[in-house]
Amino acid sequence: MASFMASVARIGSLILKELLTIIKEPASRVILFGPALMQALLFGYGATYDLRQVPYAVLDQSRSAASIELLARLDGTGVFVREATLNSPAQIAGQVDAGRALLVISIPADFEARLAAKQNAPLQVILDGRNSSTAGIAASYVGAIVAGYNSALRDRVSGGAAQGITIERRAWYNPNLESRWNLMPALIAALSMLQTLLLSALSVAREREQGTFDQLLVTPLTPMQLLIGKALPAIVVGLLQSTIIFLIIRFWFQVPMNGSVGLLYLGLLTFNIAVVGVGLSISALSTSMQEAMLYTFLLIMPLMLLSGLLTPVRNMPEVLQVATYINPLRFGMSIVRGVYLEGAGLAEVGLEFIPLLLLAAVTLPLAAWLFRNRMS
Amino acid sequence: MNRSGFTRRFIALLRKEVRQMLRDRSTMAVGLLLPAAMILLFGYGLSFDVKNAPVAVVMEDNSPMAREVVEGLRGSAYLSPAWSASMVDAEARMRAGEIDAIVRIPADFSRRLVVGDARIQLVLNGANTTTAQAVEGYVSGAIGTWAQRRADRSGNQRAATTTGSVEVVQRMWFNETGNSTWYLVPGLIVLVLTLIGAFLTSLLIAREWERGTLESLFVTPVRPVELVLAKLTPYLAIGAIDLVLCLLAARFLFEVPIRGSLPVICLTSMLYLAVSLLLGMFISGITRNQFQASQIALVASFMPALMLSGFVFDLRNVPLVIQWISQLLPATHFMGLIKTLFLAGNDWPTILSSSTILAVYAVVLIWATRRTLRKTLD
Repeated sequence: MASFMASVARIGSLILKELLTIIKEPASRVILFGPALMQALLFGYGATYDLRQVPYAVLDQSRSAASIELLARLDGTGVFVREATLNSPAQIAGQVDAGRALLVISIPADFEARLAAKQNAPLQVILDGRNSSTAGIAASYVGAIVAGYNSALRDRVSGGAAQGITIERRAWYNPNLESRWNLMPALIAALSMLQTLLLSALSVAREREQGTFDQLLVTPLTPMQLLIGKALPAIVVGLLQSTIIFLIIRFWFQVPMNGSVGLLYLGLLTFNIAVVGVGLSISALSTSMQEAMLYTFLLIMPLMLLSGLLTPVRNMPEVLQVATYINPLRFGMSIVRGVYLEGAGLAEVGLEFIPLLLLAAVTLPLAAWLFRNRMS
Repeated sequence: MNRSGFTRRFIALLRKEVRQMLRDRSTMAVGLLLPAAMILLFGYGLSFDVKNAPVAVVMEDNSPMAREVVEGLRGSAYLSPAWSASMVDAEARMRAGEIDAIVRIPADFSRRLVVGDARIQLVLNGANTTTAQAVEGYVSGAIGTWAQRRADRSGNQRAATTTGSVEVVQRMWFNETGNSTWYLVPGLIVLVLTLIGAFLTSLLIAREWERGTLESLFVTPVRPVELVLAKLTPYLAIGAIDLVLCLLAARFLFEVPIRGSLPVICLTSMLYLAVSLLLGMFISGITRNQFQASQIALVASFMPALMLSGFVFDLRNVPLVIQWISQLLPATHFMGLIKTLFLAGNDWPTILSSSTILAVYAVVLIWATRRTLRKTLD
C-alpha cells in the first residue's frame, strides 16, 4: 500500500512537471487552445459542401414564353443567381473559363416550337467541371427544376391529374442534409488529434535533446510510471481541446447532439490514449525534437486524409480500406460521429473501440520499452 | 567587389545548408518520401465518386409494375440494390451503417399508380451528406427514367394527351466524366508544396536560434538576405523534384489531362513553392522556437490549405467573411490557378492575376523574413 502511494506520488509530481513545461510559456499556452478555437470556428463556416448559390449565365435563343417561364422558375429558387445574359454561343466559353458562371444554360431557337409540336426540346446545360462535386449538385438542381417544369406542362395538357410518381425523401440524422452536421462532429476528434500527437511526440524528444531525459531515467520512476506521467498530461490537453470544439459545435453552430455525453467522452478518452501511444512511440524513437516533429508530420497527413474526414472510407480502393484499420482517427471519428449525430449507443459503436484499444496496447508498452532501450 | 562578396558568401552558406539537409534523414524523408507517398495514397484514396452504393429495397407491393421500377435501380452502375424483407430489417441495417439508403415501395403503389398518385419512399443516411445527395440523385434519376418511358408507352395509345417535354442535355466542361480524381489530384500538388514549405522550413531558423548557431552567424559578414536565399535554395531543389513526381503521377498514373502549357505550370508552381517556403521561414524567424514554429505552420499554413483553399470545399459555398480570409491565403490563389491550368487550359487573365499575387507574397515575405533576422540579440 505504501509503495502504491509512493508511486502515485511520483507519477503525480511527474505530471505536475509535464504540465508546467507545457504552460509555463505564454506562447505555448496560446498555442494549446487558441488554434483549436479558431479552427473550429473557421472550418465550421468554411468546410461545407452545401451549394446555396449557383451563379449562372443564360443564352436564350428562343426568347419565347416557354423559355421565359422556365428561366423564371430558375430565378425564383433564390439559389440560381443570373450573372450574365448572353447573346451568342461564342460568349459561353469566356463565362465558364473565368469561373464567373458555374453553369451556362443554352436554350435553342426552336425550343417553344418543338414543345408545341409535342416533341422533346433539348435544354443544353454547360457545367464548370473543375470542381466536379459542386457541378454535380448544381446539375441535380437544374434537373429537379426542369422536372417540375415538365410535370407542369403535362398537367396543363392532361388537365391536372395523371401525374406519375412522387418520391418522398426523408433523411435520417440530418433532415436537411447539411454537410456541416456531418463534418463538424468529426472535427472534435480530428483537430484535437493534431496537437495531442505533436505534444506527446515532443515530450520525450525534448528531454532527450536537452539531456534531462537521462536524469529522469536515474530517478526511482519505473518505465511504466514514466509512461503514465508522460501520457496523462497529453491526454488531458487533448480532452480539453475536444471539449472546446464540442462546445462550439453544440452551442455556436447548434448542431443537435443525439447521443450520450458520457459515451462521447469514453470514446474520446480511448481515442486519445491510442493517439498518445503513437505519439510517445514516435518520441521514444527519435533523437531530437526536429526528428520527432517531422515524423509526426509524416503521419498526420495520411491519418487526416484517410480517415473519412473529407471523403467516405467506402469510396476508397480495398487495399486502402484495409490500411485504415490502423488509423486511430478513422475509429475515433466514427465513434464521435456515431454518438453525436446518430445517437448511437455502446451496442452500435462498441466494435470501433477494439482497434483503438489494440493500438494503445501495442504502442504504449512499445514506448515504455523504448524509453530505456533506445539511447542516443 | 560587393557583388563578388555576395556570391562568395552565398555559395559558402549554400554549401552549409545543403550538407545539413542531406545529412538529416528525417528532412529527406519528409522532403522526398512523403510527397511520393501522398500523391499515391490520396490520388487513389480520395474520391467522391459514389459507386455501387448499397441500397436496401423494401417491396411491400409485389406487382409486376413495382418490380419494373426496381429493375430500373439495378441498371445503374452507381447503386447496388439488395432486397430487404421488411422496413424493420432495412432500418436495422441502416443503423448499423451497412447501407446508404432505403427505397420503399408501399403496398398501395400499383393501385395508386393507376390513379396517377403513386408514392415511393426514399430514406437516406444523412450522416454522410455527399453520398446521400448522390444516391438521391441516382434513385430519382432511375425512377424518373422509368416514369418517362412508361408515359411514352402509354402516350402511343393516347396521343392526344401527351406533350413534349424539356430534356436536359448536360455537358460538363473540363471534366467530361465528372470524375472527382481530376479535380482532387491538381489540388494535391498544392498540398504537397505547402507541406514541404510549412514543415521543412518552419524549423530552419528556429533551430538555429535554439542552438545558438544563428548568433555565431551574426559575427560573420553574412547579410540577412543572403541567409534567407541560401536557406531557400536547397529546399527549392527538393520541391522541384517533388513537383516532377507529382506531375508524372498526375499525368500517367491518374491520367489527369494537362491542358495548359507545361512550362507555365512549372513556373507558377515554383513561384508558389517559393512563397510557401518563405512563409515557413517567416514563421520560423518570428517564433525562434521549433515547437511553436511547427504548431503555427500547421495551423496557419497546412490546415487552411487543406480546408479553406478550395481543395475540396468549393469557396462559392462559404460565407463572405470566410471568402475574404481564404483570399488572404496564397494557397487559394494557386489552387484556382493549377486547377484551371490542368483542366481548362491557359486562361491568361487567371494566370497573370494569380502569379502577380503570388509574386507580391514572395517579395513581402523575403522582406519580412529578412527583418526577423536582423542582427540583434535579445
